[in-house]
Amino acid sequence: MNPVPLYVAIPLGAAFLIPVLGMWWKKSGEALATLSTLLLAVMAILAVGTPAMVHHMGGWTAPLGIALVSDGLTVLLLITINVIAFLCTVFSLKYMTAYTGLPKYYSLFMLMVAGMNGVVVSGDLFNLFVFLEIASVASYALVAFGVEADELEAGFKYMILGSVASVMILFAVGTVYAVTGTLNMADAAREISTRFGGAEMNPALLLAAAFFLMGFGLKAALVPFHAWLPDAHPSAPAPISAMLSGVVIKSLGVYAMCRVMFHVFGFASSSPSSVIIANAMITLSVLSIVVGGLMAIGQWDFKRLLAYSSIGQIGYVTLGLGVGARVLATGGTRSLAALAILGGLFHLINHAAFKSLLFLSSGAIQHATGTRDMKMLSGLGKRMPITAATTNLAALSISGVPPFSGFWSKLIIIVATIKAGHPAVAAVAIAMAFVTLAYYVKVQREIIFGPVRGRAESAKEVSAAMYVPLIILAIVCVGFGLLYPVWGSRILEPARDAVLNSAEYVKLVLG
Amino acid sequence: MTVYFLCAVLLMIGLYCLVAKKNIVKKIIGIVIMEYAVNLYLITIGYKKGGVAPIIDKTTNAELLERFVDPLPQALVLTSIVIGLGVLALMVSMVIRLYEKHGTFDMSQISKLRG
Amino acid sequence: MKGMTLIVKTITDFVVAFIVVFGAYIVLYGHLTPGGGFAGGVIIACAFILLLLAHGSDAAFAVLPEKVAHIFDSAGALAFLIIGWVGVTGGFFFLNVFGRGEAFRLLSSGMILPLNIAIAFKVGSSLFLVFAALAMFRRRSFRAMIEEELS
Repeated sequence: MNPVPLYVAIPLGAAFLIPVLGMWWKKSGEALATLSTLLLAVMAILAVGTPAMVHHMGGWTAPLGIALVSDGLTVLLLITINVIAFLCTVFSLKYMTAYTGLPKYYSLFMLMVAGMNGVVVSGDLFNLFVFLEIASVASYALVAFGVEADELEAGFKYMILGSVASVMILFAVGTVYAVTGTLNMADAAREISTRFGGAEMNPALLLAAAFFLMGFGLKAALVPFHAWLPDAHPSAPAPISAMLSGVVIKSLGVYAMCRVMFHVFGFASSSPSSVIIANAMITLSVLSIVVGGLMAIGQWDFKRLLAYSSIGQIGYVTLGLGVGARVLATGGTRSLAALAILGGLFHLINHAAFKSLLFLSSGAIQHATGTRDMKMLSGLGKRMPITAATTNLAALSISGVPPFSGFWSKLIIIVATIKAGHPAVAAVAIAMAFVTLAYYVKVQREIIFGPVRGRAESAKEVSAAMYVPLIILAIVCVGFGLLYPVWGSRILEPARDAVLNSAEYVKLVLG
Repeated sequence: MTVYFLCAVLLMIGLYCLVAKKNIVKKIIGIVIMEYAVNLYLITIGYKKGGVAPIIDKTTNAELLERFVDPLPQALVLTSIVIGLGVLALMVSMVIRLYEKHGTFDMSQISKLRG
Repeated sequence: MKGMTLIVKTITDFVVAFIVVFGAYIVLYGHLTPGGGFAGGVIIACAFILLLLAHGSDAAFAVLPEKVAHIFDSAGALAFLIIGWVGVTGGFFFLNVFGRGEAFRLLSSGMILPLNIAIAFKVGSSLFLVFAALAMFRRRSFRAMIEEELS
């Protein structure tokens, strides 16, 4: 049978089994969470290369029932989510022992994974909203899991802004339903393209697009909707920060935006409305790149620096997608649009790898030294060689030093931007890539190299349960850059084709 | 059309309450008003003039079927109310915890983190 | 919480059973009339919340212990998922493999009735737990406030 519903059913089942078993078996959370995320990660990796498929829930065919869809883009996101969720769970086994209420933690963690997988496989707009809410509510609670003053405040801010985003998304879903009379994404796409293909869109539909951009932009923390992220991501426990920065903002924000904009609204050539949407995406991206990068320089809190850096790097991802969209909308060549989208998706998966690695490393450092203030740390390279090495590697990769993966994805995005005729945007992207390098050099200088001082003096390398996930992620970071010919054509290119060919998506779902 | 406009006004009232009020309980009330504005909007999408509740029983005939309002937005609203309830419960519990920590509901006094 | 006056307590004792029965009716007839698992679950939860308000949390927990409520909470969700899995035997998640029965009878429309019951357990117990948790919170913060006043 079709395995697509399992991506939601397994974590959901684990999430509800953990609290029941947790009453008698204290380690139920650890055991079930590790087992189910491992299973999901293996399933996601095995899904590579399988043809795109649809599961009709309850046997009701597409426009009537709820469809769960798995195409190239979905597989890319499923791999990202589930592999990183597995590594974060393994990291949590040791790191989270300092906290109480662990069955609740793992239960919420599995709910978050279920919600994200649900967003990614859903083929129905309202279902996407529901899964988005499941993942969001779980992440609000996880940010505030420490129940100290800072965590609560960050969680509350995140929750307020997240709720506003949800209201906007629901409003947009309702408007799409009012205009097209359907909630199925493929059916709505067919309706929109037959009615408005290439022409000016209905103003109501354009309003819905604007609300979708705002809502998903809030979830993805694009500037000017970013205010919650620099508080929420550092306040959460390290594995949750890694999940939030690594995959949550991508699956709830970037993926959903990409799916709705490319597949439901579509970027028909020479449609004035599509150009407006694409321009909005590019503007938000450039703002994010600039503000995220500049704010990160001045930070002395390690995790806060990483959080601001996330805003900037998400900007690169949406810049790739936005340039691709604009090329499609203005009637440019498809190969150029394909290049830009490929760059965006490549940076998405790269950022997931190195940002979760950096957040997990920051967690290891905090676990060993008790602080994340960069002024109190120095010379960790001598005390914690493995963590320092992985941090270094991720920092080199994210700041775009040539042999590593971050360089290639930024290069593709910038080349595509120049070719598409936006030299000014490309110049900003290049300049901010150097700023990224600058603040990661600051990280290296302050905490890894230099004499052993401050809290680093008493630090010891963390145990194997914590550094093994770091090493795996570091290998992934290097592998993405060097072995692109091996995996790129299997994972990235199907995803790119899925984004590009919205007509194929309609055909897949509606048959 | 007027009804949609009123929904937008309600949404703006909620947004104003969220942005302008310093008391975190009032901010939550603002969020709830926004959610209900959207719920009202969804319900009005499905309404038609002279509509009846979409319940099928033994007396339902073709003429009555024609007059049924669209049941789908009602199902959506039910789901969204449930989600809103969950978020509200979490929000209220967080507010109580914040009150325990700070002894005040004033956001400007609670706020230490700078976005 | 210590509970309310004798009048409230007496009336509560009188109506609680009726509220539960009404909630059960809403759940069981959810596939025929307006209502269903969520609405009925909320009504049943309201009965317990009324007990909690009138008699105090100890009396409410004597009727529905916290641990049992937690088990109902998770078991309802798991039952929903398992019923979904039963459909997989027919090839689709949530496929209605049970007999549809005769229309407008209680035992009709296949798996909707068991799903409604599962939802009622989930919603009823979790709403009660949410309320009980908030009530406990309030008691604790009041005590903290009074201690602060005294010191």
